[in-house]
Parts: sequence; structure tokens; C-alpha cells
Amino acid sequence: MTSTMNKQIKTVLFHVIVLGCGLLMLYPVFWLMSASVKPTTEIFTSKSLWPSAFTFEHYSNGWNGMRNIQFGSFFLNSMMLCIIAVIGTVLSSSMAAFSFARIEFPLRKVFFALMLGTFMLPGHVTLIPQYIIFHKLGWVDTYLPLTVPKFLGDAFFVFLIVQFIRGIPRDLDESAKIDGCGWTTLFFRIILPLSSPALITAAIFTFMGTWDDFFGQLIYLSDIKKFTVPLGLRLFLDSSGSSNWGAVFAMSVLSIVPSLTIFFLGQKYFTQGIATTGIKG
Amino acid sequence: MQKYKTYLAGYLFLLPWLIGFLCLTLSPIGASFYLSFTNYDLLTTPKWIGLDNFKSMFTDDYRMMDSIKVTLQYVFLSVPFRLAFALGLAVLLNQGMKFLGFYRTIYYIPSLLGGSVAISVLWKQVFDQNGIFNDGLAFLGIQGHNWIADPRYAIYSLIGLSVWQFGSVMIIFLAGLKQVPGELYEAATVDGAGVMRKFWRITMPLLTPVIFFNLTITLIQSFQTFTKAFIISRGTGGPINSTLLYSLYLYIKGFTFMEMGYASAMAWLLLVIIAAFTGLLFLSSRYWVYYSDGRD
Repeated sequence: MTSTMNKQIKTVLFHVIVLGCGLLMLYPVFWLMSASVKPTTEIFTSKSLWPSAFTFEHYSNGWNGMRNIQFGSFFLNSMMLCIIAVIGTVLSSSMAAFSFARIEFPLRKVFFALMLGTFMLPGHVTLIPQYIIFHKLGWVDTYLPLTVPKFLGDAFFVFLIVQFIRGIPRDLDESAKIDGCGWTTLFFRIILPLSSPALITAAIFTFMGTWDDFFGQLIYLSDIKKFTVPLGLRLFLDSSGSSNWGAVFAMSVLSIVPSLTIFFLGQKYFTQGIATTGIKG
Repeated sequence: MQKYKTYLAGYLFLLPWLIGFLCLTLSPIGASFYLSFTNYDLLTTPKWIGLDNFKSMFTDDYRMMDSIKVTLQYVFLSVPFRLAFALGLAVLLNQGMKFLGFYRTIYYIPSLLGGSVAISVLWKQVFDQNGIFNDGLAFLGIQGHNWIADPRYAIYSLIGLSVWQFGSVMIIFLAGLKQVPGELYEAATVDGAGVMRKFWRITMPLLTPVIFFNLTITLIQSFQTFTKAFIISRGTGGPINSTLLYSLYLYIKGFTFMEMGYASAMAWLLLVIIAAFTGLLFLSSRYWVYYSDGRD
């Protein structure tokens, strides 16, 4: 009797602590959401999370933006960048992965080792020369430095997809070849569809990584018309900041909606992706 | 003939990555190494100055010293706390209670959002004079402070933001904990081992490879933190260089002052620092990392 009581108390205590700490951690995020719908006078004065009156003026003020540039255009630019980045990364990384995992050719092991070697390399080392290259090509202040490299594979995702392809039985390759399939057909018709979980994981992480890639966008984009969401937010913070916190908060909330949506839709892939590669965060 | 066709196919599929590797990784590494011994402003030709960049980093660039100090402080405080929280929560969540998926999601959300500009903007507000952190302190009867404006405390708000994002590390720990065979605990219980003893004698040793992995990854990432420091200090690294993380200073040198030679030299120094710490971790690992498959 007492032991079941004890156990129940323990269970309740467990949930109270775990849930309590979790909500405490998320409190700033809740506060942000609440501040984005509070009347301006209430944002820093009211301690309550629940606004006395809901207002959406911050959203419309923020969305209408500044200097004739609407926040909506930042969203469109970011979306476009992300979609191109996802297509490029998934296609080029899976091609390289297929080659590493399934085709025998000279120097394959050397290249694979070199690729693994680039894992640990901080991006700073290649940053300046890359900038110089793009500058010489006249690509600075266009989207090209942010999109073209995505079509040249990403070591992390190549590795992730190689690991996955290695798990697909080779018998399939053999029977496909007997049926007269070439490498291209084998890749597009058999290997790609079967590796979809790894491809989805790569797509999700590429999307999130590009959506939040402040550094790259900061360096390469300077025309406000080309600005993305992170740059738009920063512009907002610096120019209207203290006078218009409500709008900054409202746009901040909007900027995290795509990440949250993708996370909840693809949660399964997320946990696997993090557990196998340790990326993100 | 067939053989060469196979070779060709292999290289064709590898081609995009190969081009990227040669043009955007390998040759830039060489170029950056060369540039680190030059004075270069992007417009005129690079001027060879030998080791001057490296010399001035250690002698007359006081911001560099501040930057290294702040970065080490950031790394050595945020990494252990981040790992400790992640491990603690993972062990707690691994108790086999209900709603694991739900809790995992809650704790992961900060990691998911933490790299965004939005959260850095929010964080600036959290630690402001009238921010919610001070509200919390006031609730406990403690006098608040303008944390972000005070050079003594500004770095702690960045450390706090980093520790707040422990969720992704926690997920890796959870995956590691799932690998620990349940029979070991059962056997230990039969032998009369208590909770603490089981944790220190079974869980911890079996988890050391995962701890090692997380430690390495988090350390490397932390040395490269940029967005938080940039947004919170409005791109200055202030007040008085107190949030001038290494990457931010490198950005300022390279892209504000256009001292691309100096920035390249900084990148190489960062590589050496990271390699040194990672190397030390690998060397130390044989004394504390336990591989259950008998590897040494």
C-alpha cells in the first residue's frame, strides 16, 4: 500500500519537475508571443502573459515594413533561397553519396577520407578566399554565393546519405543491372526512392540551416530589396528598435513559424538526424 | 571497357562535390594560408608582410587579447553547463515515464530556435533593465541590473543563451542511454546497488563515448559562435569588448575594416586553437572514455 503510494507520489513529482522546468525554459518564447499581441503600453509594464486586449497592429505595422520594403518580401526572398538550397543540397549530396557508396573507381577512398577531413574544418578558414572569389566573379550582392555552392554537395549530408545507402541491399543493384539499367536509372529509380528518409533529413536540416544563416546572408547581401528574414529583423531592430518593439517582436514571432512548422511535421527525421550526426544547435 | 565506363560514372556522380571541394574548400585553404602572411584590402594586390599579422595579434592588438579572453570564458563556461544540463535532463527523461516524446519536444525547442536572429533579439530584451530576467529576480526579492549594458555581466547573457539550447545535446544523450542494456541495471539491483551507485558505475562509464562525442562537437561549435554576439551587441562586441567573440572580431576585421590578410591569419589561429583543444580531448580520451566493445 505505502509502496504504491510512494510510487505515485514519485511519478507526480517527476512530472511536476520535468514539466515545470520545461515551461520555465520556454517562458521567454511565450513572453515573446504575448508581447507581440499586447498593446504597446503594456509590453514592458504588465507582468501578465495574458494581454488585457489583443491587438494585431504590431503585425500589420511590422508587415508593412519600412522604406517601402515590406516584410513580406524578406519572407519571399528567404523562402526562395531555402527552396533552391534544399534542391541543390539534396541532389548534389545524394549524387556524391551514391558514387561513394556504390561505384568502384580509383581514388574513391582518398576522396572519402578528404571529405571526412573537412568536417572539423572551421568555415572561417575558407571564408575570406571564398568571398574574394565571389567578389571577382561579380556575385557579391546577388543570391549566387548563397545558392551555387549548395549545388556542390555538403560533406555532412553526403556522409549521412552514404551511411543510409550502405544499408540498402546490393542485390537490388545487381538485379537492376541484369535488367539492363544504367547507373543513372539505378540512381533515380532505385537508390533515391529507397533513401528517402535520409534525403528528407538532409532537406529539413538544409532548410533550417539556410533559414537561420545570418552570417552568410550578412556578408553577401547589402541591397535591402534582396534582404532575407534574418537581415530584415536585424535592420528592424537597429533602425526602429526601441521605438517600435511591438513590431520587432511580431516579426520575430513570424520568423520562427517556418522552423516550428517543419519541426512538428518532420519530428521523426529530426531526432534521427541529430542522434546520428550531432548537427543543429 | 566496362571498367572504364564504371570509373567514368563514379566521377560523373562525384563531379559536383569534387568541383566544390577543389574550388570552395581546397584552394581557399591554400589561398587563406598565403593571405595570412599578407596585407590585403580586396582592392589592391596582396602585399607580403611575413609574420607581421601574427606578431601584431599577440603584441599590439589589444582587442584581439580581449576577444580571445572573452571567447575562452564563453567556451569554458557554456560547454560544461550545456552538457551537464543535457545529461541531467536526459537521465531524468530516461526513467521510462510517460510523455517522453512531449517533454523531448519542449526541451528541444530552444535548440531549434536558438540560432535565429529572433531569439537573439528576444534575449537582448530578457536581460534588459526591465526585462523578464529581472522580473524573476524581483519576484525572489533580488535587485535587478542592466545585464547587457554592463561589461562585467554581458558575456553571461550569451553564455545563458548557449546553455538554454542544451536540447540537441540532450537528444544525443537520450539515444546513448537507450543503448545501455537493461540487464545490467537488473543485475545491479539484485546485488543491492542504489540509484547513485548504478548511475556512477553503469550509466556513466557506458555513456563516456557519447559524452566525448558531445564534448567535441559542442566545443568546436562554441568557438565559432557569431549570431548571438552580433545581434546582442549590435555588431560591436561591446560594451568594452565584453561580448567580442572571436568570430565577431574576425568579421569586423575582415568585412568592416577590410583587413582580409589579418582576418585570414585570425582564421588560422582559430583553426590551431580548435585543433589544439580537440587534440587534447582525443589524447585524454584514452584515460576516461570506455568502449564496451573492448577497444582501447
